[in-house]
Amino acid sequence: MLDGNQGEGVSFAMGLVVKLAEVSGAPALVDISGAHIDGCLYHGEAGVDFVEHLVNGGAGVAVPTTLNVSSLDLLHPELYRGSAETAAAARRLMDFHVALGCQPTWTCAPYQLPARPGQGEQVAWGESNAIVFANSVLGARTNRYGDFADLACAITGRAPFSGLHTDAGRAATVIVELDIDESWLDHELIFPLLGHWIGTRCGNGIPAIVGLDDRVDEDDLKALGAAAASSGATAMFHAVGVTPEATSLDDATRGREIPKLMVTGSDLVAIRESLGFERSRLGAVSVGTPHMSEAEMTRLAQLVQGKETEVPFYVNTSRSVYGEIAPEVVGAIEGFGATVVTDTCTYITPIMGEVEGAVMTNSAKWAYYAPGNLGVDVAFGSLAECVASAAAGGVILDGPFRS
Amino acid sequence: MTTVLVDGTASGRLMVLSDPLSFWGGVETATGTIIDRSHPAVGASVAGTILFMPHGRGSSSSASVIAETIRNGSGPLGFILGEPDEMVVTGVFVANALYGTCVPVIVTGLPEDIDKPILLDARGARTAKGE
Repeated sequence: MLDGNQGEGVSFAMGLVVKLAEVSGAPALVDISGAHIDGCLYHGEAGVDFVEHLVNGGAGVAVPTTLNVSSLDLLHPELYRGSAETAAAARRLMDFHVALGCQPTWTCAPYQLPARPGQGEQVAWGESNAIVFANSVLGARTNRYGDFADLACAITGRAPFSGLHTDAGRAATVIVELDIDESWLDHELIFPLLGHWIGTRCGNGIPAIVGLDDRVDEDDLKALGAAAASSGATAMFHAVGVTPEATSLDDATRGREIPKLMVTGSDLVAIRESLGFERSRLGAVSVGTPHMSEAEMTRLAQLVQGKETEVPFYVNTSRSVYGEIAPEVVGAIEGFGATVVTDTCTYITPIMGEVEGAVMTNSAKWAYYAPGNLGVDVAFGSLAECVASAAAGGVILDGPFRS
Repeated sequence: MTTVLVDGTASGRLMVLSDPLSFWGGVETATGTIIDRSHPAVGASVAGTILFMPHGRGSSSSASVIAETIRNGSGPLGFILGEPDEMVVTGVFVANALYGTCVPVIVTGLPEDIDKPILLDARGARTAKGE
């Protein structure tokens, strides 16, 4: 591949894969069975130039490949408030990815698509929340592939055999023990808060979380991982007794002695306050970062029953989930006055417009990035608090995790 | 010990970040200004600097944003990292290939005299495995 006999595009992609193998000290490359590409979100011409170079070089993906969120909602194009010029460039970037043979899934939660990798499967995924979910919850194996690297792996069908692709690279490096009121485990907010805490305290280590139990569902683990991968460089966690490679603490650590951190209730309250405690004025609400699952959409439909939102309320999900959910679920959410956004997300592209007041969200990832991306103040709360606040036209925080 | 991750040469003012920086969501591509409100260096610009970071962090879109800042001249001229970071290497490798720039990336300790402009010459000093 490197020598160009499969074309300039493949040769360029292989050059990058080999460079990454060199940087990571990988002794070999490993065959992958799938990829998820983060580069279809427009950040400027460099991304377009890269994919155009591959297309012109005759390349195509060698394995089934899904695409992350883009800058546009192709199902609801009227929602986009940016310039026509940027929209055209974003569309070119998307079209070039499809021309390479990628599937137009446009979601940051590829693990909610019907086909997803199983335990032990080698893949190359981009998108930090998807990476941590694949490793931790599915037991699939991927390193943190950034833009360009994920696509280079998809085109070559290979990845550097290092880090999380290997058995040894998946052992826990730090124990995180919960020292909190037991009843807090019933509250969904513990997961983004704990995730955010892990990201800030564990860096790029692999935590083994002790203290979660079978009350935890996939949406909880999604929120935990997305928060940890935003505030830190978490690419994998173990939840002892919950995730597939942590049937016991010994299983997670592979019998090694590793340091232990305790996380207390007051740590989580402090995280909640740091994520946004703005109460003065509610301007809008945005939920679904990462994209909402069918279960979350159904729960939202129940919560909004008989209510009407007083402020703009955005629900981010994938076209796959949007196409699968029952019409009455969509009907209830739209009847509440919410706007469903697909293919993209409100914190990465201009959809919300000018907001008068704080934006409330149930996503630690949204709360972390939106102030920089959009210049907004944030109020952070549970899905139920977001709905209650929207209906009241002001921030209502009534769950635990308050000082 | 110094390891060269990407060959190149650069001369510029050293900018030392005590905390790792996610370029995506953390740097405005038009100007190179740090916009991550939680970062100690918020408001400063990475444009034209030799940038030291202890390690990379955050979103996997950072490689694109790094390449974009190099493309439009608002990015660092060279990177010094405390430990290898594949996202930084990816962004720089692609930008150098597409735009003919020669931004180097090396891994080493923090240079001692941090107030002086430094010359980073990473040409020819290749790492063990060939290219």
